[in-house]
Amino acid sequence: MTSFHIPRLASFILSPPPELCFDDVTFNHEDKVLLGPCSFTLKGTGPTLVMGPNGAGKSLLLRLSHKLLLPTQGQITWSGELCPRQAMVFQQPVLLRRSAVANLIHALAVNNVPRRKRVKLAHDALERFGLTARCYTPARVLSGGEQQRLALARAWLLSPQILFLDEPTSALDPAAIKAVEAAVREFHQQGTRIVMTTHDLHQAKRLAGDILFLSGGKVREHTPAEVFFDKPVSREAKAFIAGELVE
Amino acid sequence: MGLPPVVAGLMVYLLLSRAGPLGEWGLLFTPGAMILAQVVLVLPILAALSRQKVEELLGEYREQFVSLGMSSSRMMPTLLWDARFALLTVLLAGFGRASAEVGAVMMVGGNIEGVTRVMTTSIVLETGKGNLPLALGLGIVLLTLVMLINAGAYLVGELTRRRVG
Repeated sequence: MTSFHIPRLASFILSPPPELCFDDVTFNHEDKVLLGPCSFTLKGTGPTLVMGPNGAGKSLLLRLSHKLLLPTQGQITWSGELCPRQAMVFQQPVLLRRSAVANLIHALAVNNVPRRKRVKLAHDALERFGLTARCYTPARVLSGGEQQRLALARAWLLSPQILFLDEPTSALDPAAIKAVEAAVREFHQQGTRIVMTTHDLHQAKRLAGDILFLSGGKVREHTPAEVFFDKPVSREAKAFIAGELVE
Repeated sequence: MGLPPVVAGLMVYLLLSRAGPLGEWGLLFTPGAMILAQVVLVLPILAALSRQKVEELLGEYREQFVSLGMSSSRMMPTLLWDARFALLTVLLAGFGRASAEVGAVMMVGGNIEGVTRVMTTSIVLETGKGNLPLALGLGIVLLTLVMLINAGAYLVGELTRRRVG
């Protein structure tokens, strides 16, 4: 990942987000195939929602894309740049044992933002995500929704071209879900490619541009959202949308 | 993790004795020798406990760190700072271990009154002489000190859990 901070400029907003290409990717663990082989390209504007039952390989797909894991076989490539700026928000936000603002300043320091700019940028991000009042609260005593917003604020500071979200709302109440979804839309409007996993059909309907449907470690469908919800092709997707219990 | 204290004492004794490799330093039967023996005894405990604490934290933080593009050398200061309270309790555990030490410090210190006689070695000596009231009194003082340190370690842990989560 590049490690310098680029302010959000008009040119950055207008440039289309990089495309993500999986070429025959598989991931094995101890001779067991957990994902793949799968090939697809994420293009268009998205947001891409990765759906499927538990254990389908959704999180794995995100971790492979974000280079937290390396594929056993196959290639994962980006269009244009070798490795665009990216960030990830986890299901359980990982926050440092310090104040909310210190968490943001740390992320900026790691990305070599000059010291004098850090505090202002961090406070701006807190304000944008409605956390100004919690500025000096230890991050780990914030509520679940606030923690997730802080994680989003941290991702925001990295100006990612791609943002991965791994079930960011699965442990939150409706108000917090609304705030997180608003933040995701804001990222999307800024031209960030969104790749998000969820198993909530309603959330997918609210957010999705296209759907990547996984089950049993294989990509069963990759279609625009309206097609997916109206006329799913694969048997698994039909069952999933109908509310049956898919394995 | 735990070195038998008398074996550590014997090793330091052999190292520091006149005929030993470090005999020229003239440290045997001085407080310096006792400090050296304590370091040999406590350092492995501190290292093992610290490693365990930092490793636990890394397990929790690793994915986020990699996601932020941090190198291993950049992770280290962050981990040490975030483990600061856990490391403080480790330090207190080490101090508790050292303050209870008898065998090694007796061997390399020589239990010389006014120079290398500490509370634990005094208790051994006074008990041997049959001066039980003094031995008991010293025992109570030592016990109180160790209990205070343990209480401190516990409080630090509790406070952190509440404040920093």
